[in-house]
Amino acid sequence: MSAAQYNFAYLDEQTKRMIRRALLKAVAIPGYQVPFGSREMPLPYGWGTGGIQVTASIIGREDVLKVIDQGADDTTNAISIRRFFARTAGVRTTERTAEATIVQTRHRVPETPLRADQIIVYQVPIPEPLRWLEPREAETRKMHGLAEYGAMHVRLYEDITRYGRVVTAYDYPVRVNGRYLMRPSPIPKFDNPKLDRNPALQLFGAGREKRIYAVPPWTRVESLDFEDHPFHVESWEERCALCGSDTSFLDEVVTDDEGGRMFVCSDTDYCGARRAGSSP
Amino acid sequence: MTEAAPLEAAGALTALAEPPLLEVEGLGKSFGPVTACAEVSFSLWPGEVLGVVGESGSGKTTLLNCLAGRLLPDSGAVRYRLADGRMADIFALSEAERRLLARTEWGFVHQNPRDGLRLGVTAGGNIGERLMLVGARHYGHIRAAARDWLDKVEIDAGRLDDPPAQFSGGMQQRLQIARNLVSRPRLVLMDEPTGSLDVSVQARLLDLLRGLVGGLGLSAVIVTHDLSVARLLAHRLIVMRRGRVVEAGLTDQVLDDPQHPYTQLLAASVLQA
Repeated sequence: MSAAQYNFAYLDEQTKRMIRRALLKAVAIPGYQVPFGSREMPLPYGWGTGGIQVTASIIGREDVLKVIDQGADDTTNAISIRRFFARTAGVRTTERTAEATIVQTRHRVPETPLRADQIIVYQVPIPEPLRWLEPREAETRKMHGLAEYGAMHVRLYEDITRYGRVVTAYDYPVRVNGRYLMRPSPIPKFDNPKLDRNPALQLFGAGREKRIYAVPPWTRVESLDFEDHPFHVESWEERCALCGSDTSFLDEVVTDDEGGRMFVCSDTDYCGARRAGSSP
Repeated sequence: MTEAAPLEAAGALTALAEPPLLEVEGLGKSFGPVTACAEVSFSLWPGEVLGVVGESGSGKTTLLNCLAGRLLPDSGAVRYRLADGRMADIFALSEAERRLLARTEWGFVHQNPRDGLRLGVTAGGNIGERLMLVGARHYGHIRAAARDWLDKVEIDAGRLDDPPAQFSGGMQQRLQIARNLVSRPRLVLMDEPTGSLDVSVQARLLDLLRGLVGGLGLSAVIVTHDLSVARLLAHRLIVMRRGRVVEAGLTDQVLDDPQHPYTQLLAASVLQA
């Protein structure tokens, strides 16, 4: 089947309109989960069906798309989604954060600071931050409505009691604009501070769970903590073995069977740009 | 058992000058054709403990659930005196206000502690939850309060970081009480608090409850089918049968000189030790 037979960016216009309405509502109520009629997409649930629908609804012919998976541009998931839009929308794609107008991401926020003319789209597996505390959807919606979020601190309390610190390392719960509790999707908590007052528009799509939410530009995003156990991000003793960065999020890579290992930047574009000697 | 001293009633008597904390008027609740409660009226004054007795199926627990705002009654009103002195119909309050009351000013002790505890969360987390719900954000303070309350309910402080799933039934019940009282509620509703415990554990729990209720000046409504529990804890009793209040009065008066035939039967059914 040739790409020409698809509507622009795969989704039909009616569906895009429906998703855009959900997006407008999500932007108007920062952090609030807006239900939407999620469609079947030509990739399995858990691979970014929510993110891909959001991207399809906002992308235009002039847009430049970057897709990352755990910070990397060259993984199967990232390449497939980039190709998907290159075929169905004919848009230009890039691996450079600075060149992109839309960044779709799974589980990372790029190291290069985003700008006000960029949009970042997160793929979200489970949107409900209270899910593991309260299994009933009717009850969690009520808890959001009444801002009853004390139970979330019980979870942090338990972490500190058992392990001496909050061990939640990714998908660390945040409070948006002082109101709604939100899952930032499974990004490492290292990236949480980047959500706070970010100049770019941040959109979150959960395809299987049929929810969309958003953080408008410059919105306050606070990570939950205790006064005597403040939120902090992870740090490394090592530097990136390739580019030497000591400020980026590092992956530990096992290199052989003798225990050899190296630490490298998880953000491939950032690392590559530093090695090429240009500013990322 | 008849020799057992009732709780210090002086507090209840002086309190009569004050307006009541809780007023129930003509409360009715049916489940389809089954009438669970009908025309139940009573008042509860600050510092007073009211016992609700009756056989199983007499509507005691339905009444309690209506008082707690967990069930919407078909008729009648439940009025509660808010901290600012205003009497408020709890079903006219918004759900947000009612839920706030339920986690700050009210406590609810379930018959089965498993309904009132988070079994996978440590004892400290269970006690601290209400504090965190109302905005406590200092780990050290929450923990100190939890330890203090474990001590008050006679649980070894070394169990602070154990989950209640590893506690005995009596300890779970005491933990549930601590979890409710930590936020210093003004009104505690208890549904058969000693129901599933053996007698020696019951006795200690009753001792503890008497001490706490007296010491904190709590008002409480205790639902029980056990007349000796009622005699030990309650200042006043109401006797329910088939959803209606058949007799009400001071505890000793009701139990020693019952007027209604059903109350007479109930009082006579207690095995004399």
